[in-house]
Amino acid sequence: MINKEFFFRGFKSILAPDSPALALGCCFIAIGALLKNLGFNIQESIFSTMLTYALPGSLVMAESLLVGASLFNIFLAVWFVNARLYPMAISLFPLMTHKSQPKWKYYFSCHFIAVSAWLIMKSNYKNIEKKHRIDFWIGIGCATWTTAVVATFIGFYASDYLDKHMMMGLAILNPIYFLCMMVGAMKTIQISVSIILGLLLGPIFYFLSPEWSILLGGLVGGTIAYFVGELNVN
Amino acid sequence: MSTSIVLAILVTSLATFSSRILGVVSSEGIKETSKLFRWFNCLAYSTLAALIARTIIFPVGVLSDASYLSRLTVVLFCLFIFFISKRNFVYPTVISAIMMALLNGYL
Repeated sequence: MINKEFFFRGFKSILAPDSPALALGCCFIAIGALLKNLGFNIQESIFSTMLTYALPGSLVMAESLLVGASLFNIFLAVWFVNARLYPMAISLFPLMTHKSQPKWKYYFSCHFIAVSAWLIMKSNYKNIEKKHRIDFWIGIGCATWTTAVVATFIGFYASDYLDKHMMMGLAILNPIYFLCMMVGAMKTIQISVSIILGLLLGPIFYFLSPEWSILLGGLVGGTIAYFVGELNVN
Repeated sequence: MSTSIVLAILVTSLATFSSRILGVVSSEGIKETSKLFRWFNCLAYSTLAALIARTIIFPVGVLSDASYLSRLTVVLFCLFIFFISKRNFVYPTVISAIMMALLNGYL
């Protein structure tokens, strides 16, 4: 079963002074308010955050519903914007794999892959013994997921008191927080080049294809950064 | 709950979960010291950076009503705060929300 000590260590990591809980919570407050304005009821809003737990995907779903998109188009639009979770999973789970741990933990906890939890785990995994990293990860995931669900609830009921400008303020929190975290993570040539090229190529590819821009920016930027890093090491 | 909204939520969660579970299944057998792992690590950081840049420059939702100038000003000022505060994440994050609300509504 799950090791309680490491689970709670992970869970408490969102209480750290530099944790993303504040930014994550504020953004899901904005999502809760947005969903209410779109006609969702409280159950649907909570259900959406619990099942999706990915901010850009929820935003895209809301926008697609607003313009009357079909279910297939919603699926494609969300898949494109959330396909980033695939390389994020591959670059995280090998760090936590241990033969003594059952596979169900890995399959169950993949639902927690999101930028906030991923960045916390990436900056803390070296401090945790490999055998217990999956329990630590489940703790982080449960904490960030709970934060998102509670914030959606608050946002839904606070929407009557939030004007458009306050919503703008809440919406900018998450990208700014993640931008600072990414800049803070630039400690090796490979990661630095990956981040700089991603920041540049994402918007450039938007002019070629808005749907593919994130994936193309990541693929091209990440591959160039990989070779730059390998050449540098050699 | 209305059916269309529930179906949209289910479709959204399916599209999201498919990337997550495929990632976990594909990662089985990849060693953290392998070149393949390092390549995917670069892809993950680069894709996240592309997403952040797109969210700021071509946003969806309420941020799209904020002017380019206000978004650019907030980003540059918050990065400046990040560096002068010895890489503290909280100050620029809190300041960004206040600054964005002020620039677009109250100034």
